[in-house]
Amino acid sequence: MSLIRSTAAELAAKIHGGEVSAVEVAQAHLDRISSVDKGVNAFLHVDTDGALAAAKKVDDDVAAGRPVASPLAGVPLALKDVLVAEGMPTTCGSKILEGWHSPYDSTVTRRLREAGVVILGKTNMDEFAMGSSTENSAYGPTHNPWDLDRIPGGSGGGSSAALAAFEAPLAIGTDTGGSIRQPGSVTGTVGVKPTYGSVSRYGLVAFSSSLDQAGPCARTVLDAALLHEVIAGYDNMDSTSIDAPVPPVVAAAREGASGDLSGVRVGVVSQFSGEGYQPGVLASFEAAVEQLRQLGAEVVQVSCPSFDYAMPAYYLIAPSEASSNLARFDAMRYGLRVGDDGTHGAEEVMALTRDAGFGAEVKRRIMIGTYALSSGYYDAYYGSAQKVRTLIARDFDAAFATVDVLVSPTTPTTAFKIGERVDDPMAMYKADLCTIPSNLAGNAAMSVPSGLSADDGLPVGLQIMAPALQDHRMYRVAAAYEVARDAAQGGPLIQRVPQLEGI
Amino acid sequence: MTSVADLMDYDEVVARFDPMLGLEVHVELHTKTKMFCGCANEFGGEPNTHVCPVCLAAPGALPVVNGVAVESAIRIGLALNCEIAEWCRFARKNYFYPDMPKNFQTSQYDEPIAFNGYLDVTLDDGEIFRVEIERAHMEEDTGKSLHVGGATGRIHGADHSLLDYNRAGVPLIEIVTKMIPGTAERAPEVARAYVSALRDLLKALDVSDVRMDQGSLRCDANVSLSPKDSGVLGTRTETKNVNSLRSVERAVRFEMTRQAAILAEGGEIVQETRHFEEASGTTRAGRRKETAEDYRYFPEPDLVPIAPSREWVEELRLTLPEMPAERRKRIKAEWSLTDAELRDLVNADAIDLVAATVEAGATSVEARSWWVSYLMQQANTRGVELGALPITPAQVAKVVALVNEGALTNKLAREVVIGVLDGEGEPEQVVEARGLKVVSDDGALEKAVDEALAAQPDVADKIRDGKVAAAGAIVGAVMKATKGQADAKRVRELVIARCS
Ligand SMILES: [Zn+2]
Repeated sequence: MSLIRSTAAELAAKIHGGEVSAVEVAQAHLDRISSVDKGVNAFLHVDTDGALAAAKKVDDDVAAGRPVASPLAGVPLALKDVLVAEGMPTTCGSKILEGWHSPYDSTVTRRLREAGVVILGKTNMDEFAMGSSTENSAYGPTHNPWDLDRIPGGSGGGSSAALAAFEAPLAIGTDTGGSIRQPGSVTGTVGVKPTYGSVSRYGLVAFSSSLDQAGPCARTVLDAALLHEVIAGYDNMDSTSIDAPVPPVVAAAREGASGDLSGVRVGVVSQFSGEGYQPGVLASFEAAVEQLRQLGAEVVQVSCPSFDYAMPAYYLIAPSEASSNLARFDAMRYGLRVGDDGTHGAEEVMALTRDAGFGAEVKRRIMIGTYALSSGYYDAYYGSAQKVRTLIARDFDAAFATVDVLVSPTTPTTAFKIGERVDDPMAMYKADLCTIPSNLAGNAAMSVPSGLSADDGLPVGLQIMAPALQDHRMYRVAAAYEVARDAAQGGPLIQRVPQLEGI
Repeated sequence: MTSVADLMDYDEVVARFDPMLGLEVHVELHTKTKMFCGCANEFGGEPNTHVCPVCLAAPGALPVVNGVAVESAIRIGLALNCEIAEWCRFARKNYFYPDMPKNFQTSQYDEPIAFNGYLDVTLDDGEIFRVEIERAHMEEDTGKSLHVGGATGRIHGADHSLLDYNRAGVPLIEIVTKMIPGTAERAPEVARAYVSALRDLLKALDVSDVRMDQGSLRCDANVSLSPKDSGVLGTRTETKNVNSLRSVERAVRFEMTRQAAILAEGGEIVQETRHFEEASGTTRAGRRKETAEDYRYFPEPDLVPIAPSREWVEELRLTLPEMPAERRKRIKAEWSLTDAELRDLVNADAIDLVAATVEAGATSVEARSWWVSYLMQQANTRGVELGALPITPAQVAKVVALVNEGALTNKLAREVVIGVLDGEGEPEQVVEARGLKVVSDDGALEKAVDEALAAQPDVADKIRDGKVAAAGAIVGAVMKATKGQADAKRVRELVIARCS
């Protein structure tokens, strides 16, 4: 199999065994990016020199017989442009940060570098991670490799599209309301939102601090688990970081691959079906549940009534925090500066810069959040939303008292057409209907491909949710399901992505 | 500018109105590092040298709470007799300002770490006035703006502004009083005495430099008036930029006379922020806002709640030093001081110096007499604070000891002290170098006495006739002849012996 179509685990084995050099692997991916990214637009920045230098270092270790830095040393990765990295620009998909270079590495970036992972560049995203289609990027939309006229999901559409286009075997995403899982679902890739607090947010440009969580994106469950263990762990630079051992996700993925789920109790969330769900998505989901049953899992229906209020609560909490988090983009210290021509005062420069630098969706959310936090409205909006959040956490607690994991479709539909929902924010927001509860409660959740929808031939995702710090439970179920799915569907789904060469 | 005609005579103000006070004090803690990052917390320094991604609000940077600052906040709360929250959070106070990097201040809102306390304040006449404390909460300081060009140094009319973020993120404790009623004509004095007492307390706790001139202790004074005995709450103003104890008193007094003049003419007080002008002793209106500021407070999601265990709080309570008010009470009793004597010591800021001098061997009477009279004069002449004089309590005690041994007269002792103050070394070295030893050789003294008696035979006769009081003239002559180096008491004894 070609280097670009290999899994991260396969590439690592070949590189560490001296069968292929990390530089060759990096170059193969850089070449792939050159040949297909004009059509996909997954990357905002490609760091050719940095990638080759990092790869060379791994090759030097291998050649000298030194132990490699980690199980993923030498494997290329695409980094979502919301995580800062020295030596590369960070834009967050926004004009307001165009040309800004971070003076420091995010903790995730640092861990990747220390693990010898080869960072190819920064991936496209909805501006400040606000969106479900990557159409809100100031640098043009990313296209779904399964159908270039369709969205790759968002906000991390760039990271997931890079995987599906074989531009990178691994990627980092961030998930505030589904920005890892929904792109994973619509691109036929694996996307994991770890337990909130288990991956440091230091250097993750904040959208909504209490919801943001970085996580691994990959084409297989094992690859995601390997990456998970590289980036997770306590960090004293993030006060919300959990000081606890990283859940044994790699071991769980390997155990799951044996294909036995007997003794595992799986709850199907009854709220996530019915009206608004594409028939092909529901059919794929039901087939996946049936497969879990055949693997030995006990499947029960579980009701989480508060989940119905998750989306409205999310669209108060996330914009509220965003309105404050994004206040720092004021032209005073970095980034875009508009109107500094001697005729405008500092406050006017701030206003002119923010008007020119932020896109429409960001402005919409800043306004919603500002309104929701205003005196006289705080209790009704932000306050009520926090109460809903508590109720959702209680629903999860009650559910996990009887089942080990919960499952649902990741998103109600397959990838929609670029431009289809841009004028209908409510329709766009519904893409995150099933993913938002886990952000509000902080538990772990992931999306694993469940096949192609019978009605349009596009990928569908199965969402698996686990209690906080029990991330390994969902990896075990996902890995078992992945094996069974490939067996039933005639090989890895991802290999059915259309040819992109020559676009 | 307010003209004199716009003010009411102070006696008339207090005859017609009841003042209501409220005081907000911001204290910069002198922790080694800033509130939420590892940058040095130091006053001064080249602009923008104590900064990092966190305190510059670089995208992605996150705060981590300084544990020492939390400890200081709790100790301050305990010293102010407050309850300490079992669980509290930080909150974001959102507003845009160029010297505030995040455009929100990380502060505390409805969940302060300390609340419901009081501070007993001693007024000039010794009366104790209790000021109730609403809350003490943690927050961070802003950077500093320097507006260049334009006449006023204010943001309006400036050509450009420079920003220094060294102070951004320095830990602050804001201490807010409840409304202080019943101060009547003493409102300005109570305000000053409160800030003074708070300053002493923070100094004793060793949590801050409490330098009002450097801004490490800043006071905002809220003042309102209501018609005498009406019980109706008046509209208040908040005066900022009050940078000395004296200014606190002046600012309150000025606001009372200004507001009274407006109210007397049937006018209304505008609820606003005012700025104290040190030079004129007046206040001026700040920039008026079209709408009330809405800070959109919400709990800071980047920080976890603080839940100080009761064990920790009690441990911290044990670390509290003796509070200044209690210490004064104890010292007053131990040194048998009158109210007036204690007040002199407090006003001269001499308690620590006297106590240290007593510690070094002097009696409290001796130590006090040196520090609050002669050394105070020297401090005034030299234009420095008493404590800044280049003489140590141990050196003062040594001088006292030399006097008690008879090696120095009081006059010589003062000369020795001058020598020490002028940098001539230890007291003994000054005595040696300046040749200030008491002449205690009776032979030499007898000779001088005989000469003086011979020079003034009529006086000698008077003494011989039993008019002992006349001896003073001879003693004076001997002292003059010995350049003051003789012990006057001994000289007197010799004179009388010679004439009997
Ligand atoms: Zn700093």
